[in-house]
Amino acid sequence: MRITLTVNGEEREADVWAGESLLFALRERLGLPGSKNACEQGECGSCSVLLDGVLVCACLVLAAQAEGHEVVTVEGLGSDGRLHAVQEAFVQTGAVQCGFCTPGLVVATADLLARRPDPSEDEIREALSGNLCRCTGYAKIFDAVRLAAGAA
Amino acid sequence: MDVLTPRTLDEALRLRSEHPDAWPIDGGTDVLVELNFDRARPPALLNLSEIRELKGWSRENGTLRLGAGLTYTQCRQDLRDVLPALAEASRTVGSPQIQNRGTLGGNLGTSSPAGDSLPPLLVEGAEVELASVRGERRVPLEEFLVGPKRNAMLANELIVAVRVSPSGARQTFMKVGPRNAMVIAVASLALSADRERGELRAAYGSAGPVPKLVTAPLAERASFAERVAEAAQPIDDVRGTAVYRRHALRVLTTRALERCAA
Repeated sequence: MRITLTVNGEEREADVWAGESLLFALRERLGLPGSKNACEQGECGSCSVLLDGVLVCACLVLAAQAEGHEVVTVEGLGSDGRLHAVQEAFVQTGAVQCGFCTPGLVVATADLLARRPDPSEDEIREALSGNLCRCTGYAKIFDAVRLAAGAA
Repeated sequence: MDVLTPRTLDEALRLRSEHPDAWPIDGGTDVLVELNFDRARPPALLNLSEIRELKGWSRENGTLRLGAGLTYTQCRQDLRDVLPALAEASRTVGSPQIQNRGTLGGNLGTSSPAGDSLPPLLVEGAEVELASVRGERRVPLEEFLVGPKRNAMLANELIVAVRVSPSGARQTFMKVGPRNAMVIAVASLALSADRERGELRAAYGSAGPVPKLVTAPLAERASFAERVAEAAQPIDDVRGTAVYRRHALRVLTTRALERCAA
């Protein structure tokens, strides 16, 4: 089936299988591999994207459900060739180890700071509780969140 | 496989009667796992996410009507004062990403023994509103849940709402698991100390084939934890043993009583 959706501000069309996830459509049909594919059951957060401005796991959204809706992936966060403040903060603090969880964490952090520009420690922990880093680099990830919050 | 995407409830009910084998899907947090792991290949999916009538919640006299499409995030934010135990339970579902997508209707439809919204709704005496092309009916949640992942919904019906008349009683929800987030309950408990009814009301999850309500007069507080533990029918499984689950319910009930009936 053919779907039309807005991805990172651009109208896109894709031919998808009825049972496939938005994540599969983004990565395999639309050439946007930034959102990572790992657990496929909403446990790891590495596929986090914004759907109509709401943070979701793209692996748990049916691609067909995105028809007519607006998706922002990690590729769409920066603008004019410049990194988003959250991405910049991850670079500055060395919050990237293997890098696999980074796109999901960047999107989740950008979502948190858009809603809570100055989050408490507990709010950060809760907001990022669905994003796993198997390198366990959480200390520097938290540094990045605090740095981005200060910069915003 | 087909995806059917109705825009109105009427259209959805018609499609439901024409395609009784189609799986209803809204937030997708349960259904997509089945599809991603190729555990099921339903002939069609009935996508309910575009139906305005299923969204949000409303108040009719003293009764709250919670749309089947109400997300855990909305429960957490909007129902904190009126249904505090449900709001607390919603906060423990998965992660923010899951809470943003997962819906009350989906939790009811899945009817897992571990469904987090079910104990708080049982304590508050919720009714499930079902609809088909033939009309509507309301089923008390206690009767709706008939077994593990089995419920009283017929093949031509859809869950459209949950009705609750908030008791206003002090209430809480607690859950045991390996961490605070992303946990399927090893055991869970909702409890209210309803002074108007003169009743303690508790409902457990993950400790029997269905989440179940246990009540006692307020005066029987001292024996209530034991009563809840005895009412449970837990099993040994990958998440915990029956003995541990009974023990956990005893502890949770004691703590919940301290919180709600001090």
